[in-house]
Order: sequence, then structure tokens, then C-alpha cells
Amino acid sequence: MRLTLKIWRQEAPGATGRMVGYQVDDADEDMSFLELLDVLNEKLILSGDEPVAFDHDCREGICGSCAMVINGEPHGPQKATTACQLHLRHFRDGETIVVEPWRAAAFPVVKDLVTDRSAFDRVIAAGGYISAPTGAAPDAHATPVPKANADRAFTAAACIGCGACVAACPNGSASLFLGAKITHLGELPQGRPEQDDRVVRMVEQHDAEGFGGCTNTGACTVSCPKEIPLDVISQLNRDYLHATTGSRRSA
Amino acid sequence: MTAYSEFSVGEPIADTAAPDGPIESRWERRRFGVKLVNPANKRKMRIIVVGTGLAGGSAAATLAEAGYQVTSFCYQDSPRRAHSIAAQGGINAAKNYRNDGDSVQRLFYDTVKGGDFRAREANVHRLAEISVQIIDQCVAQGVPFAREYGGLLDNRSFGGVQVSRTFYAKGQTGQQLLLGAYQALERQIDAGRVEMHTRHEMLELVVVDGRARGVVVRDMVTGEIETHLADAVVLASGGYGNVFYLSTNAKGCNVTATWRAHRKGALFANPCFTQIHPTCIPVSGEHQSKLTLMSESLRNDGRIWVPAQAGDTRSPKDIPEDERDYFLERQYPAFGNLVPRDIASRAAKNVCDAGRGVGPSGLGVYLDFSEIIERTGRDAVAARYGNLFDIYERITGEDPYEVPMRIYPAVHYTMGGLWVDYDLQSTIPGLFVVGEANFSDHGANRLGASALMQGLADGYFVLPTTIGDYLATSRLEPVAADAPEVREARAQVTERIERLLAVDGTRTVDSFHRELGHIMWDHCGMERTEEGLRKALDLISELRREFWRSVKVPGSADTLNQSLEKAGRVADFLELGELMCLDALHRTESCGGHFRAESQADGEAERDDEHFSYVAAWEFTGAGEAPVLHKEDLVFDHVTPSQRSYK
Amino acid sequence: MVSLVPRTNGDAPTRRTPRPSSVQLKYVMAVSGAVMFLYLVAHMVGNLKIFFGAESLDLYAAWLRVVGAPALPEQTVLWLVRVVLLAAVVGHIVAATILARRASRARPVKYAHRSRVAGSYAARTMRWGGVIVALFIVYHILDLTTGTLNPNGVYGEVYANLVADFAPQRWYVTAFYVVSILALTLHLRHGLWSALQSLGRTRGGNLAALRATANVVAIALAAGFLVVPLSITFGLVS
Repeated sequence: MRLTLKIWRQEAPGATGRMVGYQVDDADEDMSFLELLDVLNEKLILSGDEPVAFDHDCREGICGSCAMVINGEPHGPQKATTACQLHLRHFRDGETIVVEPWRAAAFPVVKDLVTDRSAFDRVIAAGGYISAPTGAAPDAHATPVPKANADRAFTAAACIGCGACVAACPNGSASLFLGAKITHLGELPQGRPEQDDRVVRMVEQHDAEGFGGCTNTGACTVSCPKEIPLDVISQLNRDYLHATTGSRRSA
Repeated sequence: MTAYSEFSVGEPIADTAAPDGPIESRWERRRFGVKLVNPANKRKMRIIVVGTGLAGGSAAATLAEAGYQVTSFCYQDSPRRAHSIAAQGGINAAKNYRNDGDSVQRLFYDTVKGGDFRAREANVHRLAEISVQIIDQCVAQGVPFAREYGGLLDNRSFGGVQVSRTFYAKGQTGQQLLLGAYQALERQIDAGRVEMHTRHEMLELVVVDGRARGVVVRDMVTGEIETHLADAVVLASGGYGNVFYLSTNAKGCNVTATWRAHRKGALFANPCFTQIHPTCIPVSGEHQSKLTLMSESLRNDGRIWVPAQAGDTRSPKDIPEDERDYFLERQYPAFGNLVPRDIASRAAKNVCDAGRGVGPSGLGVYLDFSEIIERTGRDAVAARYGNLFDIYERITGEDPYEVPMRIYPAVHYTMGGLWVDYDLQSTIPGLFVVGEANFSDHGANRLGASALMQGLADGYFVLPTTIGDYLATSRLEPVAADAPEVREARAQVTERIERLLAVDGTRTVDSFHRELGHIMWDHCGMERTEEGLRKALDLISELRREFWRSVKVPGSADTLNQSLEKAGRVADFLELGELMCLDALHRTESCGGHFRAESQADGEAERDDEHFSYVAAWEFTGAGEAPVLHKEDLVFDHVTPSQRSYK
Repeated sequence: MVSLVPRTNGDAPTRRTPRPSSVQLKYVMAVSGAVMFLYLVAHMVGNLKIFFGAESLDLYAAWLRVVGAPALPEQTVLWLVRVVLLAAVVGHIVAATILARRASRARPVKYAHRSRVAGSYAARTMRWGGVIVALFIVYHILDLTTGTLNPNGVYGEVYANLVADFAPQRWYVTAFYVVSILALTLHLRHGLWSALQSLGRTRGGNLAALRATANVVAIALAAGFLVVPLSITFGLVS
């Protein structure tokens, strides 16, 4: 296949970037999208240019490293698929494909398609955990968890932290990411003791990082490669209300 | 200069850290035997942890909880992305929740036997003991394991063992366990007890007065070379499967951290022990950048076959039943499609070598679900394997409900690694190695669902106990930032980077890596021969010279430069590959994942306990120069080695 | 309330946490929206009195001023409703403005390739839709509350004012009214279930049903509002 790529090139954080066009003549429909970039980069290196920098690692859709907006959609056009699992058979021969980094103030561009997503780590550090120091755990069967709760916790915990939700959101909000962790930990009895504290701290950090507020557009869940459902944001709102109204909790 | 293959045999080594006596109480006695560090002193001690996977993440979090100051590094942009995240199947624990006769003793036995009697008994027994605590710990952290309707944890059987001891979270067990460790780590980062450096790559170990005292790292964004000093260094940098270029490892997985330590004096043990997983999606072309695993559980219901006649290009649907060869069922009637990974992989290779492979490349066998779909219905199959079928379709564009899957073996895990004693300490005092990075508890073959167990056992429970003994018993003077050893390590790093950039040749890093991968796969892969290994040694040493003559690394050192990162890693792989071939060449027996064509009986691997019941620990003497072999004899007091048979 | 101990954050840039929090702003949007919605339902039902004749409608309008009397002075309830409503309008607009400003700060760079991703419908319609509705309310008050812009404009002659307002020759007023009600409908389609989501009352299982219900309610409300001016313009009521 013959494909034209228009890729965002930016040398360094804060530098002025621009879209640059490239032609790849020997693309193969069995290639993944990242392999297409590999092929392009090999050519660029041999012709004395700098290759396109992009984050990637596991290339099997689970590490959450790869992050690029392909033709206006985070991770590209295929539903529930990360860029590394997107294959060229979903494009037409001769097509022009526009590739951009995540666009969000909280995810500044580091170089080309690489962005700094450490804001997500800080949101987790603010409270996205259960305090269970090693060695302090009771027997695993000490607390049964109803299957429905365990399943919902798992669905939310499937988040890979890629940031597609933020990239898709017209408000640059990370509410889906936040809600997923709130729901995962809140559904489990082990996570309940810290439930109130967790949601307040995480929302505070979320806002401090410069993510926008949620207006329930639903764009996040459509772009999510793990199909995290929108109701995790509802859970977030509910938990926050509970934590801040003080109706059932003092101090 | 002697030829690389003319290695010498040095002093034998021994694990002096493990207590003697009854194996059941060795770990307890060791825990009682370790010197403790006064809590007030812990706050003054700093430990460096390289890598944030299951082993490194859990170790950093636990050490910080214990009161130490921790400095943690990962090359990814977040500690949550370490490759442990991709583990699918599950994690073993001798909980015996099924009441099916499981016990610590049985898990111990299965693991020693599964490793083809090339692992240390004491280590494996400790692993089996700790397995039960790991599950408790992970549940307390909120890992959403699969549960039954009664609210208790579900188990499944895995990897051909006869009990159900595997705990799992759909096909994403590694992800969920890693997120548990990651969240515990983030909690300590927030508390100020862990200093986290993401996008930092360790490029050199700092050894002062014979002790590991720090690391030199490169900030992958700014290119800055930084020195970090500490009282002890923990390497948790994973395996080296990417020496084969194509593997199920993440693209960034590399040997550099452990290889640099090896060059500084740490022995490298059993480098040739590589696990080749039978059920991966075949290579689709020269552009292929990595291979994707299809969970082993598929072999429970799928039937593996190839056409009986070589060169049969009909579509699988048109090949009648009597012209198909269900070769595993035919050769191993007792275990059929469920033979262990090493055996299944080799059998698939053999039929493909005989020209009966399927798919465009001829390197593939069918994994056919039509029978189970007919028997139980499409929905039942979808409920069990739906997400795996989706992954397969996403990658290949073929619908496995309609067309049989095509699979082929791929490199998955490396049992070898830096040699460590019972305390997980390497031959450099103060350098500890955990998880896949050490030569570990799996012997010559790893059983399914035991890598996660080992990583977490090391990180949560073993290392935090044993490292205290080192710190309590060693008198460690502060190291000056400009000590000669520090300056030398920094100089080595900058000099190497400058050298890589200066070559400015005509070939890309990836082209060298791909070529190295081909050599390793062809000669040091599923089947190894003396002739092939000798040829590989020649090819690799030539390739290494070619690399330093004509590699092209664009860009500069003071910015994000992914070509430069790769170049440094490939340069180390080029040295490691040589050692792997040498190790494989010297071990003229077949055991576990290491199959020497010369050592077989009736087409089956033949182990040679008389000559090879040892750990081969190699000492580095110089790039391309003959290394020194140190043997650690393996003693089996509790399990009697026997020849494995699955017929 | 949760007490928060200040914590260090490694070498992360220290940023001021914006107040109120993004989630609190959503609560303001949801509650103020709900107040306005309830008012609209009552307003729409009251409007339908027009089909019972001039006397019925004008009596109803007069009653609105005296409701609560004699226990309370005349117009007390009316002004109470107006004050609450005004607070809701102001709260809604202020919260929306803060959210919009934070959104533009959070997403300063637009994508070169813009796609029609499902789910962006609301984002595309809520803000300008809200502005249209706000402008309409201003006109609407000047037209039918104060009578300033009304061709009849006699205080208390509600029926006559309406008939004069939407007379066939003033078709453009009707058209503007129709456009505004359609904008309101779009606004409510999203706003109704969105309020429930913001207050944490939605669940995976009921999300689709809630959205469908929101559509039905929004359309029913629009029909109720539109039937009055259209009936006048097309001569069914005179």
C-alpha cells in the first residue's frame, strides 16, 4: 500500500512544532500502525533525518504507552483498539493519515508524538491506592466479595492509563481515568475505609494538574481502548458528594 | 588472545546464604538469622531499585514502608507500564482452596520437576511457602481477582499441573498485580519515601571497594548523565528475551542493567535457558516488530494439527479429517495437546521444518476450535476465550470462529540471569537482583503462572528481609560524588554514547538487532547443535564488529533520542548473545528449554545429570574474550531427579 | 468533611488547586438546571390554558400573582419563585463559564484533523445552545412579562398579548421563538440525564434508558411550548 502521513514534528518541549508530510510506498496491510512508523523511521534515519519519536512498549495493547491521535481520533478509527494493535488493513491504499500527539495542557509535548503523562501518576499518588503495607494482610478469603462487585471493580481496573480519554475530551478532563480508579477501589470492601479521603484528594490533584471539568460529553468512553464505561464518572460524582456533604461522616 | 569458545573453568561457587537442615524451616531460620537494622538507621539508608515491574515495584514500595529511603528508576514514562503488565494467565499459590490435594510441598515438587531439575531446592521451597502470602497481600491491596458467586476467589488449572492453584483476573492478571504494586509505590512516592525517576535508563553500576554503591543513569528526555549513590543497589530490570529481536517482550525490554553489572563482576548464570512459548501469533512479514502471545489456556480446548502431506496448500476447511496430522495427540497420546511448553514448541518446529507448516510463511500450525464450537456452541467458546479471539482477529484479520487459528512458538521468558545466592545477592556485595533479572527459581524451564509468583515473592517478602542483613552487617562509608570509581563509571557512559554517535555509518540499529535475532533464533533457539552454535559465535562476533563500524545513530545525546537508546541496548545484546551461545555450546545435555540435538533418546530430550547438574555462572573477562565458568553444584535431597516423559 | 493534610509531591510543579472543584461546579450545573427544568414544566402546563379561552388564561395569570394570599402578601410567592429562578440562572451561567474557561485552558491546542467523534454532540451544542436560550429569555421577559416589546403590551391581558405577539404577519417572532425552543430542546436532551450523571445517580444498566427518557421529556416539553405560538400564527387560536 501507498500511504501519505502527516505527522506533528516538534523538537523539544515548548518548541514550535508543525505538521510534516511523508510518503510510505511499501506499507503492508498486515502491519500495525506502529510498524508503519518503524518503516518510516528506518527510511528517515538512512536519509539523514531524525526519526519520529513516539512512545510505545508492549505493542500488545496493555501497557498504555502508545498515544497518538490518528485522523482526529485517539488511537485511530478502530473501536476498543490501541494504536499498537491497529492494523493498516483498516486504511485505504493512497489514504492520507494525520498523526498528532495527545493535546492537553496537562500532557505537554516532550518531542514529536511523545507527551508527558506524569500527571496521571500524581493523581494516583494522591489517593489511588489501598493502604495495605506488606505483611499486614489477612487471609485472602477473610472478606468475600460479591461477584457483581468484583466484576465491576475489574471492569474499571482494566484502565491502562494511556490518556486517550483526556485526548478525546473537549474539556481536557481526566474524569474517566479518575472515575475508573475510584470505582475499582470503591467496589471492594478493602477499599471502603479510605473511600472518602481518596475521592477528595484525587479530585483535588486532578484539578491542580490542569485537567478540565467533565461536562458529560461521553467522548472519553468512545475513545477508551478498554471501553471503560461512563458510569464510573457517575460513581466519582456520587462518592465525592458523599465525602463532601458530611452527611454520614464527621471530621 | 584465546578464542571466545575456549573458556576456562574457575573456582566453583556455592550458595552460602541458605541455612542447612530441614528444607521446610530453612526460610524461617534464615529470617531469624538475619541481623536487623535499627528503625532509626533505616531512615538514613538509601537503596536504589532499578525497574518497576512486579519485582522492582513491590520491592521499592516494601522497602519504603520498612523505613528506608528508596530511589527508583524506570525507562518507561510511568512505573505502571513495566512489562509485567502484559502477563495474561495467572499466579500460582499453594492455598489448596479447592481441596484437591495441593500443598506447599506439591508446588515445590512441581516447580523443581517442571524446571527439569536445574533449580535450587531451597529457593524453590521458599517460593512455594511465600506463594500463599502473596495472594493475601494482593487481595488486601484491591487486586480484583476472579471470584465465584459465593464471593470467594476462583482458581483454574494451568500449565499442565493436576491441581487448580492458579489465581487470575481474566486474561490480565499481570496488569492487575502490577497496578497493585504500582499503587503501593505511588503511595510511598507521595509520602516522600521513594524518589521516582521515570524515563531514566541505568547505564552503569558504580562499584566502590568491591561493593555496589550506585548507578549512572541517563535522563532520556534531557540526555543528562546523572550519578545516584546509595547503600545498596537492587536490579529488577527483567529478562533479555529481546536478544532474539522478535519475542513477546515489550520493545524496550533490555539486558543493559544486568549486563553492565556483569561487566563489573557479577556472574551471569545459565544464560542459554530460554523459554519458547508454543502459542503465539506467527510472523506476518519482515516488518514484524514483536510477537503476541495467545494464552496457553487455549490448548485446553483447541486441537493442534498440520496437513499430513507437505506442500498441501488447500484451505484448512477443505482438508479432510484423514489428511490431517494431529501431531501432538499422535506423538504424546497421554498428554496430547497439553504437553509442557518446551515439548509443544519443539514438535511444532519439527513439523514446520518438514515442510508441513501452514500460512504464508510456512511457519505455523493450526489451533482448531471447530470441534469444541460444534460441541458446546459458539457462545460457550466466546464466554471462555472471547477476548483472546478478539486479539487474534485484530492482529491477523481472520475470524478464529470460522478459520482455525495459526500459531507458532516465540521467545517468551528467560530463566537465566545474574547469579544470586539465597539472599538474592549477586557476587558483587550490595548488588541484589530480583525477578526475571536473576537466574531464579525456574531451572531450565518455567511452569505457567509462576513468573508472577517469583517476582512478587522476591519483591514483597524475600529481598526486604535479606537486604537488611547486608546493611546491618556492612560498614558502609559515604561515597563522594567525585570518587574515582564514580568518575570512571560516568566516563564509561559518556565515552560509549559518544562512540555510538561518532560511528555515523550506513546501517540502522534495528537492522543489526534484526540480524542478531535471526542468528539467535536459527542457532540458539528451539533446537541447538554444536555446529550451529559455533557458526553463531562466529556470526555474532563479526556482527558486533560490523556494528561498531557501520551503525548509524542520528541526532544528539542531549535530547530524547530513541535511536541512541536502542543502540546502547543492542550493543549489549551483541555481547550477551555470544555468551548465550557459549553457554548452550558447553551444556551438551538437553534440559527444559535447552534442547541439544545431540542429546536425545527416541526423539526426546535427554538430560545428563552426571555431568551437568550444576548452575553455570559465567565471569566476564572482556568483550569477545573467553569468559570463566564457575559451577555451582545442585544437590537434590528432597526431590529425586527423573527423566520427564509425556508419552 | 474530609480533613486534608498538605502533602509534598516530589518534584512536581506546585500548582494551585482551583476552587470550586470541577466536581462541585458540576453539582451547581445539575441543581440549577433541575430548578429551571421544573419551572419550565410548570410554565408549559400553564401556557396550555390558552386553549381554554382568554378568560381561563388571564384568570390563571392573575392567580399567579395572588397565590399564597391572604396568608402572605400578594406577589410574595411570585417573587420568591423569581428570586430562586434568578439564582439558578446566574449559578448555571457562572458555573458554565468557569468550566468553559478551564476547558479552554486544559485544551489550548486544537487538533489539525477534526473528526466527528460520537459523544462530542453535547460539547458542540451545549454552549452556543445555552447562549441562544439566554438571549431568548431576555427577549421573552421584555416581550411577555414587562410587555415592553409586545405590540399589545397591556398588563394582565395575557391572552391578547399572546395573540398580538404571534399574529401571522409577525411570523419572524414565531420563527425566533421556534428556533429558541429547539435550542432549548437540544440543551435539555443532554442536560436532563447529564444532571443525573453529575449527581451520581446513573448506572451502567440505566444509562441508555435515561438518555431515551431525556429525549422523550425534552421533546414533549418542546411540543407543549411550540403548540401555543404555532396555533396562533396558523390561526387556530385568535
